Amino acid sequence: MPEIKVTPLGAGQDVGRSCILVSIGGKNIMLDCGMHMGYNDDRRFPDFSYITQNGRLTEFLDCVIISHFHLDHCGALPFMSEMVGYDGPIYMTHPTKAICPILLEDFRKITVDKKGETNFFTSQMIKDCMKKVVPLNLHQTVQVDDELEIKAYYAGHVLGAAMVHIKVGLESVVYTGDYNMTPDRHLGAAWIDKCRPDVLISESTYATTIRDSKRCRERDFLKKVHESIERGGKVLIPVFALGRAQELCILLETFWERMNLKAPIYFSTGLTEKANHYYKLFITWTNQKIRKTFVQRNMFEFKHIKPFDRSYADNPGPMVVFATPGMLHAGQSLQIFKKWAGHEKNMVIMPGYCVQGTIGHKILNGQRKLEMEGRATVRILFQLDVKLQVEYMSFSAHADAKGIMQLIRMAEPRNMLLVHGEAVKMEFLKGKIEQEFNCHMPANGETVTVTTNPSVPVDISLNLLKREMALGGTLPDPKKPRTMHGTLIMKENSLKLVSSEQALKELGLNEHQLRFTCRVPLQDPHSDPDTLHGIYLHLKSVLKGYTIQHLPDGTVMVESIVIKVSSSAEDPNTKVLLLSWSYQVKYFHLLKKG
Amino acid sequence: MSLTECRTELSASHFPLNMAAHLKKRVYEEFSQVVQIPQEEAPAKKLRLSKPSKSAALHIDLCKATNSTDALQYLLQFARKPVEVESVEGVIRILLEHYYKETDNSVRLKIASLLGLLSKTQGFRPDCIVDDAINTLNNEKSHQVLAQLLDTLLVIGTQLPESPTVRQRLIEMACKHLSDSYFGVRNKCLKLLGCLGTVDAPLTKDNEGLGTSLGGVRDVQSIISDYFGDQDPRVRTAAIKAMLQLHERGMKIHEIIYNQACRLLTDDYEQVRSAAVQMVWVLSQLYPESIVPIPSSNEEIRLVDDVFGKISHMVSDGSWMVRVQAAKTLGSILQVSPHFLEQTLDKKLMSDLRRKRTAHERAKELFTSGEFSSGRKWADDAPKEKLDTNTVYLIASGACGAFVHGLEDEMFEVRIAAVEALSQLARSSPSFAEKCLDFLVDMFNDEIEEVRLQSIHVLREISTHITLREDQLDTVLAVLEDSSRDIREALHELICYTNVSTKECIQLALLELLKNLNKYPTDRNSVWKCLKFLGSRHPTLVLPLVPELLSTHPYFDTPEPDMDDPAYIAVLVLVFNAAKSCPTMPALFSDHTFRHYAYLRDSLSHLVPPLRLPGNGLDLVDSRCSSGSVESAQLFLQQSLNRVSTIQNLEAPGAQDLLNFTIRDLRRLGELQTELAGAADFCATYLRCQLLLMKALQEKLWNMAVPLCLKQNVTATAAAQQILEETYKLEFLYSGLESRQVATIHHVRLQAKALQLVLTARTRQGLDPLISSCEKFLQDIESFQRLFLAELPHLQDSFVDKLLELMPRLSSCKPVETVKILQTTLRQSGLLQLRLPEQIHRATATIIEPTGESDNPLKFTTGLVVALDIDATLEHVQDPQNIVKVQVLYPDGQSHMIHPKPGDFRKPGPNRHRLITQVYLSHTAWTEPSQIEVRLLLAYSSSSTSLSSASPASKLGWSDSIDSLPQPEAAVEGTIPFSKPVKVYIMPKPARR
Repeated sequence: MPEIKVTPLGAGQDVGRSCILVSIGGKNIMLDCGMHMGYNDDRRFPDFSYITQNGRLTEFLDCVIISHFHLDHCGALPFMSEMVGYDGPIYMTHPTKAICPILLEDFRKITVDKKGETNFFTSQMIKDCMKKVVPLNLHQTVQVDDELEIKAYYAGHVLGAAMVHIKVGLESVVYTGDYNMTPDRHLGAAWIDKCRPDVLISESTYATTIRDSKRCRERDFLKKVHESIERGGKVLIPVFALGRAQELCILLETFWERMNLKAPIYFSTGLTEKANHYYKLFITWTNQKIRKTFVQRNMFEFKHIKPFDRSYADNPGPMVVFATPGMLHAGQSLQIFKKWAGHEKNMVIMPGYCVQGTIGHKILNGQRKLEMEGRATVRILFQLDVKLQVEYMSFSAHADAKGIMQLIRMAEPRNMLLVHGEAVKMEFLKGKIEQEFNCHMPANGETVTVTTNPSVPVDISLNLLKREMALGGTLPDPKKPRTMHGTLIMKENSLKLVSSEQALKELGLNEHQLRFTCRVPLQDPHSDPDTLHGIYLHLKSVLKGYTIQHLPDGTVMVESIVIKVSSSAEDPNTKVLLLSWSYQVKYFHLLKKG
Repeated sequence: MSLTECRTELSASHFPLNMAAHLKKRVYEEFSQVVQIPQEEAPAKKLRLSKPSKSAALHIDLCKATNSTDALQYLLQFARKPVEVESVEGVIRILLEHYYKETDNSVRLKIASLLGLLSKTQGFRPDCIVDDAINTLNNEKSHQVLAQLLDTLLVIGTQLPESPTVRQRLIEMACKHLSDSYFGVRNKCLKLLGCLGTVDAPLTKDNEGLGTSLGGVRDVQSIISDYFGDQDPRVRTAAIKAMLQLHERGMKIHEIIYNQACRLLTDDYEQVRSAAVQMVWVLSQLYPESIVPIPSSNEEIRLVDDVFGKISHMVSDGSWMVRVQAAKTLGSILQVSPHFLEQTLDKKLMSDLRRKRTAHERAKELFTSGEFSSGRKWADDAPKEKLDTNTVYLIASGACGAFVHGLEDEMFEVRIAAVEALSQLARSSPSFAEKCLDFLVDMFNDEIEEVRLQSIHVLREISTHITLREDQLDTVLAVLEDSSRDIREALHELICYTNVSTKECIQLALLELLKNLNKYPTDRNSVWKCLKFLGSRHPTLVLPLVPELLSTHPYFDTPEPDMDDPAYIAVLVLVFNAAKSCPTMPALFSDHTFRHYAYLRDSLSHLVPPLRLPGNGLDLVDSRCSSGSVESAQLFLQQSLNRVSTIQNLEAPGAQDLLNFTIRDLRRLGELQTELAGAADFCATYLRCQLLLMKALQEKLWNMAVPLCLKQNVTATAAAQQILEETYKLEFLYSGLESRQVATIHHVRLQAKALQLVLTARTRQGLDPLISSCEKFLQDIESFQRLFLAELPHLQDSFVDKLLELMPRLSSCKPVETVKILQTTLRQSGLLQLRLPEQIHRATATIIEPTGESDNPLKFTTGLVVALDIDATLEHVQDPQNIVKVQVLYPDGQSHMIHPKPGDFRKPGPNRHRLITQVYLSHTAWTEPSQIEVRLLLAYSSSSTSLSSASPASKLGWSDSIDSLPQPEAAVEGTIPFSKPVKVYIMPKPARR
């Protein structure tokens, strides 16, 4: 039985450093190559030594596929390709290819330039790595080699996120990456056709969540912002530079436009502007509204949103500021937070998940007094009273439990494999899925083996098929098996069903006629031709409905059976009846009667 | 012979030019051959020499064709021209003849399609070709041609609906070819079965012998349903469509196909799924109450509920076409049980409502206890308790959250469909209306304006069922700040109809509306109107707010607010309307409020109701007026008309006085009683026409010699002209007229024309113009007679009646005599009594913007244009897109007529339109600012309107009316101003060099 093996190197019962090895039909594929945000040591990258202890990965991997540009899905890519060593193709969609190096470069800067780490990949390495990338289009089937083919589907989540369908022969695997089944303000919903893969590897970040209508959340968000602005307060929205930030920008931008609001909206500059540029370019990857209206106006050309300058934070009057990073653990968002925290008119809205230990996490859990490090060289702790309002709005673009189920229904897989989620939550979803079919949730380094039962396709020659149809009459019924004559040729991994003549021709063999002969002694006083004629007449009377011919060369043909009469030399009265028939003929017994 | 030559030349000229030179030569060479063929057919041709036979021409063309491409070309050309009914059969014979000879598939295909096309010719009965068509079908080998032939048979079959034998034969043919291997043939067979399958065929539950037993043995439905499982998705779709077709033709679909249809809902192909949704829906409408088992349990539910669950499931289908279909369909399943319906709005309530009622209760508790997080609160998704997973099926989740999905779908088409479905369901179920409120309100925030607008409209439609809570009202009102005018106005309309629960709500609404007024001052009228309804709907809620609203104080006098402040007016409108049904309220008013009331009652009488105020002299009049109901006014109107009718015979000034008084009364009545304004005005105008006519005829100077009474003549001419104008107004300005009234109006017009004719005869010398105008008048009478044939009995003893009696004489006598007759008849004929129709409304228009109050001239550079915003409401105007025009009058007498775009008209309510447009002005330089006038005109054209209004029952087709009816009167086109002109101050400045 053929098998598909799946081994997560990262993201097995965990969120972060997605990296999944799949071997299918003799091919090895690496899905995503991410890093873990939570660690700063070796654990941040997947353990590539699992594949090989020493040497390069090229010979062990047929291809690498990156689902989208988030660092937990592509952060380890230059490390793997340049430092560990991999020269094979890396597949990603066009937007991912465009945005990925920006994020990698940013990541590199922070780790090397700011934190001063050594033994890290360099800018050049990122560039070299990107040279190995082969871009993918949606719904385009790409042949990696003769047998392995991959096809990308739209996944929502972030710009350019894709799900991949990997197929070797008849076995197939779908890897979802991160996906979102509910459309948002700038992206559409994930979609896949009914490809019925053997294994569906799905993320399960929100395995236990069924979200309310997205509109409620949007409305709440807008209402809160609006109210705060009307009161004259300042609103801080900590975001990560790409993804949700754009969605929220569009949300606020359209709201501002609709409501004719005048309060300024700022966006911290830098990385975002570059990325925004790509959002403007890859319009085809966005949702219906943006795609349809970009001719009049590209939604990403914001009218109300302006770049932020540090000095603006002290400006009087209401304003909305989007600032990075999203968990308030450092950088601009933290600085602004410190400035604004003391006023109850102000508000901070956390649009996503916060890791434990960050200030975001603390204030979300209701902590109103924070200990801060001073900015002076000497570490001074001071206390910050949090008076501003703290709001949480989940704008995460992952599929919820219902969305995961919806995708399963769309793709109709035979086996299910959950990755990219917390173990406890996965367990719950797994329990539900297992009511319908097999479901696995391997931990990192644990291998799941799925046996497949692929049907073997056989090419059939058209002539043979037509001949068979002419015999059969009615249409072939797909539900009923049917027997037919033919020759199965197995040649170079391909199977062919052809008629025997063609098979002989192809194999260069001569046809051997197999004839059975039989001698029947007969006592008959007549001469040979008369005997034969007598037999002929007799047969004619007995075998009605068969073609019986008396041929001039002294033979009688009943269909394909040849009858000859010869008299033996000794006794002219003893005639020998020579019968000859090919092996196909079954109705010999008929002759016996004669 | 010469004819055929002609024909050939003609066909030669059809060739493309580049070929022409070469081919022409060949065509001429072929002449001798060509001529010979028609000789055989010569006798048949002679019968209809006037029209060249199409069949012959075709025959020639086809004979000429040397290869299939040529033949195809000829056929294509032939298909472009229509064929007369008489020659259809001949053409078909020729085509069939060629068909048998033809070897090329594509030509045969084209011939087959032409056969179908020709069979559709009106007046042609295709039963004569049924045999041939079936014959060809039996011998045909090509699948494509077979499919086309079946299509042709379908056309023939539909052309012969009353012939059961033909139908039976066709059905047999279809059944025979159902087993064809080409999907197209099977498709067409199924279509044929769907369109022609007989309703009364017996149902034998014989499931064996699938392909062998044909026609009558098995029911059409079961044959079709066999193909639900066909291997080709296109055939499956066709099978479902055929079944739906049967349903449309009134055949009752059997319930047994339900399971098959349900299986098709999970088909791999979207068109199959989409059709299956329809199929399942049809079944749910046919057998709503039958019971179906639930798989994997021994429970049973109603079929309609099952269908509802299944279709709800389709709302999250992979294909958006299916989603739209499913969302639309959901709206029309009204018999669904309430608990299934309510599930559609709750995404969390996962599944298995299908199995046990108690189970959903349990599931609901579990989910509310925090099994699933909503994503609205931080960390509420921490797992708390182990769920009994046996009770939850995620995949088959039924109706759960169907609308939640539908409303946040990626495609706005799906969202709109979902909103519409929601409204349909909500209208039939008040409790559901209550529940879907939050979702609709959420849709106010959609990214596509169309969806937002639609959801506001829907909310308005269902608002009779609901009372808004404070938080809901809050979200609704937030939309008031929307920059789109349509959205705001839709919302105002919504607020007019909403009920709110607390006084805080009223306060909130007022606050937001005032904010809106402040932000968008142009919304003034709309906001006031909104507050009027809000006040009159919730008098008791307004009462406790009054002191605060009017800022009165128990001890201190507060300053008198500014009467011109729109916000203050808004507050007063709210308060006064509430006070109407709350008699204790006026006690809370301060002195100036009463003064303001009097002022507003006068200036904004449509917004401020009459109030019973203490110690106010006015209230007596007002109250009487208000208590005097519509009936009494109607009575008064009727009495006045009756009174007038007595003056039939009165000569002398008494009659004139009576008319004068009646007209005055009617006009006043119209002002007082808005409901009757249209009727009263109509009557008054009509009576005025009569009065004018009477005056003109009563001139004592009629017998004087012409030169002596020049002056009187002038007044009479003016009167005639005025009557004519008034009749046009009567005809086109009022809606709700019946043909009786139109006849009366036309009658007056005829009288006026007669008067004109008489006057012309008296003043002008020369006979020629007189003759022509006499003839014209006679034509007018004829057309009158034709148009109002049905009304003539009611017009006895009238002017026309008498004229028609004299008609033989009139048409033969000389003009001078005609005039004489007219004169006497005119003087003898009396007043035609007016019968009042049920509902009569006068078209009115009010220009809201520009207001004409501005003192600042609109400055622009001469030669360039300036855009003037026009905002007007039109009432009782039918088809405003075509007839309403804007006129701009410049001080120098120049005038411009502007035709607004159809998109500038909106329809906020029944009989009401809103025109919001821009008018471009330009002029050469003026030395100082001056005023231009802008007004709205109603364009009319007497010919078209009179025809259609006179004979509404037998509306003639366009071509018919052109052919059969000579234009009765030269179409009189004109315009009626129907709004007050508004003055706009403009100043074109010379361009600076």
